[in-house]
Amino acid sequence: MSEFDQLYREVILDHYRNPRGHGVLEHPDAVAEGQNPLCGDEISITLAFDGDTISDVRFEGRGCAISQAATSMLTELVVGRDAAEVARLPKEELLEEIGIPLTPVRLKCALLGLGVLKVALNKGKGTPLPEEWSSSDDLSFR
Amino acid sequence: MAVTAIAKLDAERLRADFPYLEELQNGVPVAFLDSAASSQKPRQVLDAMTDFYSHSYANVHRGVYRLAERATDAYEGARVKVAEFVNAPSEREVIFTRQATEALNLVAYAWGLDNLGPGDLVVVSELEHHSNFVPWQYIAGRTGAEFRTIPIDEAGELQLEVLAGIAAEGQVKVVATGLVSNTLGTVNPVEKLTAWAHEQGAIMVVDAAQAAPHRPIDVQALGCDFLAISAHKMCGPSGVGALWGRRELLEQMSPFNLGGHMIRTVTAVETTWGQLPYKFEAGTGPIAEAVGFGAAIDYLSSIGLDAIERHEHELTEYALTRLAELDWIETYGPPVARRAGIVSFNVDGIHPHDVCQILDWEGVAIRGGHHCTQPLMHRLGVIATNRASFYLYTVPEEIDRLVAGLEKVKKSLG
Ligand SMILES: Cc1ncc(COP(=O)(O)O)c(C=O)c1O
Repeated sequence: MSEFDQLYREVILDHYRNPRGHGVLEHPDAVAEGQNPLCGDEISITLAFDGDTISDVRFEGRGCAISQAATSMLTELVVGRDAAEVARLPKEELLEEIGIPLTPVRLKCALLGLGVLKVALNKGKGTPLPEEWSSSDDLSFR
Repeated sequence: MAVTAIAKLDAERLRADFPYLEELQNGVPVAFLDSAASSQKPRQVLDAMTDFYSHSYANVHRGVYRLAERATDAYEGARVKVAEFVNAPSEREVIFTRQATEALNLVAYAWGLDNLGPGDLVVVSELEHHSNFVPWQYIAGRTGAEFRTIPIDEAGELQLEVLAGIAAEGQVKVVATGLVSNTLGTVNPVEKLTAWAHEQGAIMVVDAAQAAPHRPIDVQALGCDFLAISAHKMCGPSGVGALWGRRELLEQMSPFNLGGHMIRTVTAVETTWGQLPYKFEAGTGPIAEAVGFGAAIDYLSSIGLDAIERHEHELTEYALTRLAELDWIETYGPPVARRAGIVSFNVDGIHPHDVCQILDWEGVAIRGGHHCTQPLMHRLGVIATNRASFYLYTVPEEIDRLVAGLEKVKKSLG
């Protein structure tokens, strides 16, 4: 397999070209956004809850194929799940889903969306925000 | 015989001086198009440093033994080379720093803290590298001075029409701009800005980090008051740079860093400062790095800065022509006549990270990101750009490989 095919797997390209959960919720229960100042990737997420369950997630953003595809995959991974459980979601679970080798620089791209989601859950549900997300050296969240 | 002809540079021959350019990746050398971030190093510089470390290394100054004397001579010899390189009136006006960034911080702190206050204006440009932007913004904030930026036009050139309006807003005390923009390659009209700064009674600070590797620098012709450079962008080692400053100003200024080496006498009651340039060189300096810096200057001078400038001009013209053939590429920056060897561009709908990643697999190294110029990215309305930059060892085939790589990017992700 060529280097291209390894990183830009068919499924990544599919999520990049046809992102799932793309857009903004009109009446969200929680909102957050994040940036990777190094490369300028930006992602904002709106969330809706049904009780403690995440009933809908939408994201918008600008950035590389990896950051956008990873966030698209993330939306599929979390809809219908318990907010507290998703707040604890280990990043390995998302990385497994992405399923490609990532250099340290690209890893930050892949995890930006997950960080924004955790910040949104923290704001909307008061779930704990692990330190790696609350004070990341490379990513900034609002 | 006419002496005005500029010798043509033989890049193929010069490439043999650079060990990295002989290395192969997947059977071919990497097309290294990121010299604006830092240049590769020729053997002449590496050998000079190894030789110095092997045979002449000791701490400089105050040593009585011969080895320390040799080390001091080499270190001070490098200072003379830097002084000649920028045509400084005296080597006492050349201060070794860690890089251009530290040189600019030195001026911002040591001049700015004592001379700026409410009602004063500090003026930089929208093109600036963060290293000539953030220190001024910060020191202006600390002293109560106002911070202003000179905007650029669509081509990435400074809009000098706004200067009169800026002058009307307060007392302009500092004008700080780059000579060459590291993102767009724009060559700024520093002589004009200097004239304007001096009319206002302001000092003119020039960031020449991106100019010194590529064109002759003459501080007396520019007329500026301070000028900053970094060795690592000009075939020298990382860890050393220089500030040139006008003697009267340096003499009036308070020190920046304090400690050993920069003093005359120290008692519990009072400490007095050393002479220029030592007043601004606290602690053990970048000794071997300075020697490498000197060797890099010798190397560049032996080729000729005029020849380097012309070579890069031709490459830039070629690159702009080739990229203009691709209608899915947007390039930024001024026409080639007023641009150094830097081309920033975006590929329609594809983020620079993806562009650079795919180019890497094709053996082409360029940089994607904000290039430490976030205000400029904001002005251009982009989050990042791709940047290809050229140097004395760049050959046109490398630009062909860039273009072929971009075709591949477009085919794969477009
Ligand atoms: C125009 C310009 N100014 C300043 C700098 C800072 O150089 P250094 O990091 O060596 O201080 C750079 C390097 O990227 C530059 O291109």
